[in-house]
Amino acid sequence: MYVEFDTILERLNQGRLWDFPGGVHPDGRKTLSNKHPITHLPMASELYVTVKQHIGTDGQVCVNVGDRVLKGQPLTRSTNPFAVPVHAPTSGHIKAIGPHVAAHPSGLSKQTVTLTPDGEDEWIELKPLKDYQKQAKTRIIEAICAAGISGMGGAGFPTHIKVAPKHNVEFLIINGVECEPYITADDCLMREHAWQIRQGIDVLMHLLSPKKVVIAIEDNKPEAIEAMQVACDKTSDILVVPVPTKYPAGGEKQLIQVITGREVPRQGLPIDVGVITQNVGTCYAVADAIMHGKPLIERVVTLTGEALNRPRNAWVPIGTPMSHLLAQGEYHAKRQQTPNVIMGGPMMGFTVTSNDVPVVKTTNCMLVGADHEIDLTQHEEPCIRCSACADACPASLLPQQLFWHSKAQEYDKAQDYNLFDCIECGACAFECPSHIPLVHYYRKAKADIRHQQAEKDKADKARERFEARKERLAREQAEREEKHRKAAEARRQAMNQSGDDAKDKIAAALARAKAKKAQETGAGSSTASTDAPSSNDKVAAAIARAKAKRAQAAGSPSADETPSASEDNKQDKVAAAIARAKAKRAAQKTEAAQESTPDVKAETPDAGSDANDKQARIAAAVAKAKAKRAAQQTEAAQESTPDVKAETPDAGSDANDKQARIAAAVAKAKAKRAAQHSEAAQGSTPDVKAETPDTGSDANDKQARIAAAVAKAKARRAAKADDKDQ
Amino acid sequence: MKFAVASSPHHRAKRSTGDLMRLVMLATLPGVILQIWFFGWGNLVHFAIAGITAVVTEALILEVRKRDFERAIKDCSALLTALLLALCIPPFSPWWVSVIGTVFAIGIVKQLYGGLGYNVFNPAMAAYVMLLISFPVIMTGWLPPYSLTPVSHNPLDAAWIIFTGFTTDGYSLEQLRMGIDGHTMATPLDMVKTDLTQSLTVSESLARPEYADGLSTAWAWVNIGFLLGGLYLLKIRAIKWHIPVSMLAAMAIAAGILMLADSDRFTSPLFHLLSGGTMLGAFFIATDPVSASTTDRGRLWFGAGIGLWIVIIRTWGGYPDAIAFAVLVMNMAVPLIDYYTRPRTYGHRSEHKKVIRRQDEQEGK
Amino acid sequence: MLGLIAMIALGLLALVFGIVLGYAAIRFRVEGDPLVDQIDDILPQTQCGQCGYPGCRPYAEAIANGDEINKCPPGGEATIKQLADLMGVEAKPLDAAHGEEDVKKVAFIREDECIGCTKCIQACPVDAILGAAKQMHTVIVDECTGCDLCVDPCPVDCIDMVPVEPTPTNWRWQLEPIAIKQVQ
Repeated sequence: MYVEFDTILERLNQGRLWDFPGGVHPDGRKTLSNKHPITHLPMASELYVTVKQHIGTDGQVCVNVGDRVLKGQPLTRSTNPFAVPVHAPTSGHIKAIGPHVAAHPSGLSKQTVTLTPDGEDEWIELKPLKDYQKQAKTRIIEAICAAGISGMGGAGFPTHIKVAPKHNVEFLIINGVECEPYITADDCLMREHAWQIRQGIDVLMHLLSPKKVVIAIEDNKPEAIEAMQVACDKTSDILVVPVPTKYPAGGEKQLIQVITGREVPRQGLPIDVGVITQNVGTCYAVADAIMHGKPLIERVVTLTGEALNRPRNAWVPIGTPMSHLLAQGEYHAKRQQTPNVIMGGPMMGFTVTSNDVPVVKTTNCMLVGADHEIDLTQHEEPCIRCSACADACPASLLPQQLFWHSKAQEYDKAQDYNLFDCIECGACAFECPSHIPLVHYYRKAKADIRHQQAEKDKADKARERFEARKERLAREQAEREEKHRKAAEARRQAMNQSGDDAKDKIAAALARAKAKKAQETGAGSSTASTDAPSSNDKVAAAIARAKAKRAQAAGSPSADETPSASEDNKQDKVAAAIARAKAKRAAQKTEAAQESTPDVKAETPDAGSDANDKQARIAAAVAKAKAKRAAQQTEAAQESTPDVKAETPDAGSDANDKQARIAAAVAKAKAKRAAQHSEAAQGSTPDVKAETPDTGSDANDKQARIAAAVAKAKARRAAKADDKDQ
Repeated sequence: MKFAVASSPHHRAKRSTGDLMRLVMLATLPGVILQIWFFGWGNLVHFAIAGITAVVTEALILEVRKRDFERAIKDCSALLTALLLALCIPPFSPWWVSVIGTVFAIGIVKQLYGGLGYNVFNPAMAAYVMLLISFPVIMTGWLPPYSLTPVSHNPLDAAWIIFTGFTTDGYSLEQLRMGIDGHTMATPLDMVKTDLTQSLTVSESLARPEYADGLSTAWAWVNIGFLLGGLYLLKIRAIKWHIPVSMLAAMAIAAGILMLADSDRFTSPLFHLLSGGTMLGAFFIATDPVSASTTDRGRLWFGAGIGLWIVIIRTWGGYPDAIAFAVLVMNMAVPLIDYYTRPRTYGHRSEHKKVIRRQDEQEGK
Repeated sequence: MLGLIAMIALGLLALVFGIVLGYAAIRFRVEGDPLVDQIDDILPQTQCGQCGYPGCRPYAEAIANGDEINKCPPGGEATIKQLADLMGVEAKPLDAAHGEEDVKKVAFIREDECIGCTKCIQACPVDAILGAAKQMHTVIVDECTGCDLCVDPCPVDCIDMVPVEPTPTNWRWQLEPIAIKQVQ
């Protein structure tokens, strides 16, 4: 049943809470680190700021190697609502930008900005928003995002998304439970900075306007409870609630259950039951960002474990490598048979793979346990179905069934037992008398299921693309045949007319018009064949080349490649001549038909003559694209022969390149054969040649290539859209 | 520097499977002591025989299966099976009874099914049933309580009779089994059952001199001993309350209803609860985690089923006691019970479906 | 007479049952889930043709018509197992004649060497190569199925098949050094 707000409030005021099923009571070991105030550490010699430290997408790195950056200067730019920027933790120089081992159990690398501090610790200009109550809420949220704040409790969800104003926020729960053994970062933060946390809560209250704020603190932290009570004394909206010590009471879902008796629906969010939770560390960071304008560049990290001689809490700049922390904590290597460092607590933390792993925004603890504290060499024994795991599970799952099915890779059955409702708290594996690493099996199963899903999605996509391609090929084939049939008809008609030139022209125009009409009424093939651009276009290109040649003959040295290359090649010349002739004839025809080719002609010549000029080339590409589009409209019953010839001159233009020459020769031969074939069968040559004219002259130009690729993509998309229309 | 890696959690509760098994064995102590007190040292000798057989059998089979048997022996699960079986065997049965029983329990019921954690049936009970069916005379040959026997017997006597069939003084088992008045002794359940078939009423049967002389009391004491051990197990959370409570409650209710229907033909709930192996069964046998149900609600059904079957078989069945049969029958039902008694996972309340549907609709838009 | 009655009775019964069965056949007709679709769903859709058929669907059709299920190297043992389950036949080891199971790879074009011949584009079964004649080509990594078909047509051998690198997001908890040692 759904517990009403008033009931919850009544119970909270009476000091009564709900309980969650299961849970375990591991030895807290908190006194190891919480006896000293939070200290500042000397700066590490190098900082490794991972670009993506939160759930969401990467930001874009906006600094370059060698740049000097100031403390608090953004290193990445947020380009997406789910991207959170990272900032320089101190002033210094950017040493490298590239992959570096990340704070992740896999020990794989992530994009990282390496910063060499210069020791000046010079701040960038800070812009606090002290009068935030008068500011628009969007500005506050922007400021929170710009400060790079993501949830500091564990998952690292971007805070600015979580605090975007919503309706019906009944409870804002501030999570100061810190139920993991050993960790005391939040505890010490609350003891020392209760007031600033309060300021952060005020900002969040302003943004979210909850009906009630509850600060939940586990009852094994009396000092923190007292400090927060003092800080929140004056307001009745905020309630400090001691929560019974039980792991994992600090889990978001469990905490909501303990405070409100409500359960976050599966696949749902806390807001679905009117609750928003924030970690105390996040509140502190929000206050820092709004009241002082400081971005999130350092956090409290608990350095603990018996293998450290000086366990304590410290302010650690984000990006500080483990090696530095180990040195500062005075690591005692003899207390560990196999060296190991755990980032996070003993229940949910992960072992880091190397001591270069940097501190990230979610790092709350570095645990370096002595051998008797941490047991990594567990021997798995057979499950005796004692179901101690089920008794410990806070989500009321059946861990043992999940284990059987995960181990046997019966993933559908594992999902049937709600595998994905597991929060990986580790309570089951903690209790297991057979020392089965249950959570590891679940993680693996989850990762495998996700992987399978991704594979399946990919396979589906591949299938779709494969089928789309098959369809396209079939369609193109059909179109070609249709086109050739029409062309043949048109020619026959033209032949039937008397040989007069004028008549010819009229006939051609007529044929074109007819063909066009037929096409329009027909399969709508006029636009679909973007990959097989019309011959008009080629004609225009051929003309352009021809003109360029003439210009060169007149003494212009700039139109270099084409003629010089083709001079070597007799065949080429002949071919070019034929091409020219045919092109001319074709051009006359087109002119007569008052089609749109003229402006293509107008531009292409200088594309040829200014061949070295980049800009002109791009212009040419644009012109080409235009021409293509125009050509599509004018596409008509022209023969395909010109385009075969059109290729030949420029094939020669690559002549300096041996390989290319050979390739060109082969291509030419093929084209010729194809042409003969097509002439005989009234068929057209393949569309490949479509783009050859301008690519020939642009052969070395990267930009033009890209332009061409883009044009191609666009054309394809257009073709696709056409498909849809059909 | 490279570090060792492992999957979390890196911290564990101290209690291991072996600890659990040893705790259960420890908890049988009050019952065992009382049983020795009343019925002589026989069970302890049998435990020794069965224990050795169990360990040897397990080691041999694991060796054949190429598994690490040392670790498996250390978890004490085989010893516990041997202990439970030894406690069920009449104290002065021949030695080979417990050997055969144990070999069957460990070799066939446990290891052939895949070893610890994979067996469907409770090994001790399956072996007991096998013995009961194969050697019915021996397996019902319970001695009269210690105080009643005309011959004194010490541990040496017990061992002697188990291995040779005679005490050191030359008494045969049959002689030992004779009561003071020359009647063959049996368990109270057995006697009542026999008497009822001879058309005596329950009260008439219970009025027989053997009862007055403490046969019934002895069994009641043994049961109380195991009850104490069971309560200890509950206290240290080695077992959960669901199975014993539901089993005993189901027995009491079923027996109570029957008694109310006809008190001449059906015995009282208290008689059911405190005779035979009821308490041993409730706290030590039915709670065997491997072959019992694994969900809380499932355990309630499992225990209640056992309780019901015990009363049914004791009342109408062919055997006087029924713990073993009842447990085996319910073992078979465990997968079914488990499947239908899955707990509701966090966030899977019915009203949540509405929330999700609402979200889906919104997304659909 | 008796025989006649018996015959009539049996005939009537036969008629009644026949009608009932006929009705049931129509009323409870099960639309057969096309087997080919189910098989096609299991196949990895690399469209590589290593099975000897021009794509996954043709192979799915062939399997449905009784071809062997062990001709798909990209799918490997997992696919064979699934197919065996679906078809109710014994799983077999992969037929080496069609290739061996390999890690997942994608095509990579060394763009400096590409001459823009478009041969790979034509070979790609899923249109995952972008480019035009005389323009360097590039592979759309997300769309590449790793089928290998573009490697052979390339006249300058500028296409490599590179294994897909693990990233923290697709990492599957392979903690090799972890001591998950089993007793049973």
